[in-house]
Amino acid sequence: MEPVPSENPAGEALHRALGLTDDEAAQITAILGRPPTHVELAMYAVMWSEHCSYKSSRLHLRRLPTEAPQVLVGPGENAGVVDVGDGIAVAIRIESHNHPSAVEPYQGAATGVGGILRDIFTMGARPIALMDPLFFGDLDDPRTRWLVEGVVAGISGYGNSVGVPTVGGELTFAPGYARNPLVNVLCLGVLPVDRLVLGRASGAGNLAVLLGSLTGRDGIGGVSVLASAGFGAEAADDAKRPSVQVGDPFEEKRLIEACLELLDRHLVVGIQDLGGAGLACATSETAARGGMGMDVDVRAVPRREDGMAPFEVMTSESQERMLAIVAPADLAAVQAVCERWEVRASVVGTVTEPAGAAGAAGAVGSGEVVTGATTMSAHPPAGRLRILDGPGGAVLADVPAASLSDDAPLYQRPLAPPADLQQRRSADPAALPAPSDCTSDMLAMLLDPAWVFRQYDHDLLLNTVVGPGGDAVVLRLAAPGLPPSGKGLALSTDSNPRWCSVDPRLGTELLVAESALNVACGGAHPVALVNCLNFGNPEHPEVMWQLSEAVDGMASACRALGIPVVGGNVSLYNESGGADIDPTPVVAVLGVVERLERVPPSVALADGGTIVALGPRTTGLAGSRWAVERRGHRGGALTPWDAEEHARLLGLVADLVGRDGLLQGVHDVADGGIAVALAECALRSGVGARVGGIDGHGELFSEAAGRVLVCTADPAAVEAAAAGAGIGARVLGRAGGDRIVVDGLVDVTLAEAAAAWRGALADHLDPSRDPATS
Amino acid sequence: MPDVGRYEVLVEVRLRPGIADPQGATVERALPALGFDAVHRVRVGKAIRFEVDAADERAARSVTADLAGRLLSNPVIEDTEVLVCRPVDGATVASGAVAGAHDVHTEAGSGGRP
Repeated sequence: MEPVPSENPAGEALHRALGLTDDEAAQITAILGRPPTHVELAMYAVMWSEHCSYKSSRLHLRRLPTEAPQVLVGPGENAGVVDVGDGIAVAIRIESHNHPSAVEPYQGAATGVGGILRDIFTMGARPIALMDPLFFGDLDDPRTRWLVEGVVAGISGYGNSVGVPTVGGELTFAPGYARNPLVNVLCLGVLPVDRLVLGRASGAGNLAVLLGSLTGRDGIGGVSVLASAGFGAEAADDAKRPSVQVGDPFEEKRLIEACLELLDRHLVVGIQDLGGAGLACATSETAARGGMGMDVDVRAVPRREDGMAPFEVMTSESQERMLAIVAPADLAAVQAVCERWEVRASVVGTVTEPAGAAGAAGAVGSGEVVTGATTMSAHPPAGRLRILDGPGGAVLADVPAASLSDDAPLYQRPLAPPADLQQRRSADPAALPAPSDCTSDMLAMLLDPAWVFRQYDHDLLLNTVVGPGGDAVVLRLAAPGLPPSGKGLALSTDSNPRWCSVDPRLGTELLVAESALNVACGGAHPVALVNCLNFGNPEHPEVMWQLSEAVDGMASACRALGIPVVGGNVSLYNESGGADIDPTPVVAVLGVVERLERVPPSVALADGGTIVALGPRTTGLAGSRWAVERRGHRGGALTPWDAEEHARLLGLVADLVGRDGLLQGVHDVADGGIAVALAECALRSGVGARVGGIDGHGELFSEAAGRVLVCTADPAAVEAAAAGAGIGARVLGRAGGDRIVVDGLVDVTLAEAAAAWRGALADHLDPSRDPATS
Repeated sequence: MPDVGRYEVLVEVRLRPGIADPQGATVERALPALGFDAVHRVRVGKAIRFEVDAADERAARSVTADLAGRLLSNPVIEDTEVLVCRPVDGATVASGAVAGAHDVHTEAGSGGRP
């Protein structure tokens, strides 16, 4: 049946209002061989938006290394999956929910958590941990405080209720994020290797069953309007407000249990979550991946509101919904499982033969060559997604299923480094006057994130061995249904917009290095990396240059350290009032602790212990917090790293951490350099320190990668191990007393440092939200 | 000005049409278990009661709508409505603390966020 032309044929203005360019609209017409209907135009608009199609970034992402023996599923699926041994696989994904959180922080962050959870259990994995890297403007701004409080409350409100621990994250404050905060959400799940499922529709005649919440007008056009357009005037923000989605963590909890039971009992042949672009995305992607078609009856979709148009039903982003592909014989069993978990299940479609095989069902598997001659498009034989108005009703849309995703435009956008690049690189902050006393600079860089993570329940499921606040989170590898294992997982999320602003390529390399080192501080070796690339407007050549450089830096560091990239997300158009955010790639490295037999040493000192610095000595300050935040200096050249030496350091640190009782504390040197690393160790354990031999403020505040502080009762053993690994080791001083002293540079009481550390965040924010004060 | 005085007001804060209401949906789902199987379209909101001094009823409504939009609700997802606004019997008001003596913004949702 031919689609019924829309009574008000889609005009020029309509496709532009939906965010499609004239060229894109012409391409749709070429694919279909006729002008699109309203429903078709709406589906292409959401699927071809930047958010869903990665049209500006895909060309660059291809340069990332994605293969390794442990990788079961790489980028492109709902989540990356790696085999960690013992018959267990780990699913991991990170996503952004930046723009929804800027408009309505509580629900924006909450639905971000809900969405990332669905990406994980879609793969058959049970979600066991969440992490949230967050970026805000300065706390002096009342709007920032409102955003921080709303986002953190949204994450805790959803995560704590759904029963998945939020085990850590990152917290960055910088003026560039004032009107465009970044809210990235990561989820980790575990599964028996044999339960791995992919979002594929197979078997003509199988049923598409929609599970979960009713469909409302939530986020209509949200993907294309919210995620793919920059924020302009305040008034425009108001106009975008009606598309806010509301999360329901209890519905999600039921959905998790129902879906995992369906998968355990092999009652579904494929399953896919509904996220951005809703049903349009879930139906077309499952069909396209399976090489099949699908007929969807838009009237069969249960709705929350009256009078919804078919295009609204197909693009709604109502939360807590999944699409399962079910053999007809299993439908009754699926419905019984869903009833038990009080999850709604409605048959909304049927899997159909690919074009060319239609009407020749008997030919399936006969080896006949399908000619695929079709006058409607130039596509090879492929399934068609048809949207029907009731069974046997009017055809509202009839498109090649794969065209919504595979034919999305691919842009080689112009890229160019900033004109003043060389000038900025040659402005070394070493030329800045040395402070006469480094104490005040150190105190100003201390920030205890406890106000945030105390609102998260990080002990849910009882797997958390090392929770938030340290270098890496460490979890037991255990969950219902998993084979027994003595292994552990270590996870770290990292970002550094200061480094990446100075040098996006080397900055991203150092980021990968730091994240891998954090995981080593948890006693693990790295097995996979996921990334969330938060950048400004891709139509600005400088932003595309930043993105391209960051991808190259990530690729080179991952290759050097042998870490495959198993997934990623790109968030563009992060800008306000024409100003792009600093390039903010976020990476998360997953590591495996082969034998998790004891709690690893934490960020701490022990009275009488010897403090040893591992790694090279450096004084470079480019991109450091001291230069950028304390002196407003954003130039210079980042200190390069030696990847081969770094790989040896990773092995050394994981080895030392794993030795029984050798280390009393361990902390990588990162933001704020040795000064802040030492102070954090002292403050978290309540033990002072006296160290010396630091070469001025340069060595004290340098953030060059590849350095670790350890506290040990047996420095000779540490030095011997370091010498064996070819890594420099140097005794800096001893732990003890009630002061933090760096000879000639810093002298402060623990009490004064603790007040600065604890107050940096908590003094600005709503005390009633901090469980520690109630 | 015969109407000058104190007004008793009741404001309803409710989710905007089309915004998902998990709490309402949960209530609706639970009702049949108690035998109430004829209840539909449950929406949960909140009602706030207070008194306001104003030059007249119109001014009382106006200031109430303004403060409801700016403090009592989240205009991103909620609407407000002044359900009741009536004089409190026998109350007298000192001059100088009366709403309506100056311009009042009436559009709910015009502010409220810093």
